[in-house]
Amino acid sequence: MGKFIKWGLPALALVVLAAGWWLGLVWAPPDREMGDVQRIMYVHVPLQWVAMVAMAINFVVAISYLMKASWKLDAAAEASAEIGLVLGTAGMITGAIWGRPTWGVYWSWDPRLTSQAIMLVTYTGYLVLRRFVEDPEKRATWSSVVAIIGAINLPIVWFSVRWWRSLHQVQSTPKTVDPEMTLALRVSAFGMLFLTIWFLVQRYRQALAERQAEVALPDALPSDLAAAGGANSSRVA
Amino acid sequence: MSPVARNRLIALGALLVAGAGLGFVAFGNIGENLVYYWSPSEMLGQGDKAYSATIRLGGVVEAGSIQWNAEHTTLQFRVADDVKEGAPSVLVRATETPPQMFRDKIGVVVEGTYDKSGVFSSNRLMVNHSNEYRAPKEGEDPRQWQETLSDATAMGAK
Repeated sequence: MGKFIKWGLPALALVVLAAGWWLGLVWAPPDREMGDVQRIMYVHVPLQWVAMVAMAINFVVAISYLMKASWKLDAAAEASAEIGLVLGTAGMITGAIWGRPTWGVYWSWDPRLTSQAIMLVTYTGYLVLRRFVEDPEKRATWSSVVAIIGAINLPIVWFSVRWWRSLHQVQSTPKTVDPEMTLALRVSAFGMLFLTIWFLVQRYRQALAERQAEVALPDALPSDLAAAGGANSSRVA
Repeated sequence: MSPVARNRLIALGALLVAGAGLGFVAFGNIGENLVYYWSPSEMLGQGDKAYSATIRLGGVVEAGSIQWNAEHTTLQFRVADDVKEGAPSVLVRATETPPQMFRDKIGVVVEGTYDKSGVFSSNRLMVNHSNEYRAPKEGEDPRQWQETLSDATAMGAK
């Protein structure tokens, strides 16, 4: 299993992603109105989907942590929020690049774009909070609260195009997208999902190792050696 | 209280706050205060409130209404509620190069001001795309399509 995650998973992700992007960029037809610009869909949409998946994982593990505290869950929460933020930011950037030639603007304060911006700021705040709180237990508890409340952004972003008038179009379905394009999009999305899972596992392992080091040897941390009293200095409230 | 019970209480509290917040956003009437754009009939229905404030107007470009003046580089068209003939519409004057997809019957959102002479002066013209993605029909080339489009808008000037 360890070997698969180290080599097999990234290889699988890259192969599937390459296949999906080849299908999207070469094999699938261009859009009859937008032309080749539409092909950025095969990057933008998978990024937004997997960002949502990562953030949904963050919500679930945050609740789980409060139900049954464990460093594994806290490490998973940190990993999923970070990766969700990176993917969501990449999704927003690719969306802006797509917006310029089609809408005519990179950005407009429409409900979808605004709610996504709020969502990204929320997860940035979540990660900032984590860095500020030194006590691992308080950090895990407090950040779980932020994660649970912050997760309301997910349905808001998803439904924003249906609830309010927006510049961004509503979700497409296989009925509104030609089959070749749908296939290319699905393959790209699975590639992106595998890549995300690999990122999550890597980041989770790092976070867990950090957590275990923090709780096992608080006095051995360099900052503690430098501090005056030593023994109790990691208890910064 | 044991730490386990305390944490569960915190989880419950956070979920309640999140649920209330989501409920407020979804079912509260905040949408009415956060309208991204007005349709032509809504804007016309506002009376004096619509004048001189910076607003967004959204609708579809009325068929055959595009007039492009190459000499003065001004673009005029009518934005209508929908594609039906006789739908309420507003005359828009834009000073910007329109996005490539700009054409008759496409969805647009314009930002600018409406004045008492009945002209909406737009300083930002945005085209919105539907959720449909289709391959070009037989004999259609998307690039050629764009060129014929610019020809069509140039023709309007004559």
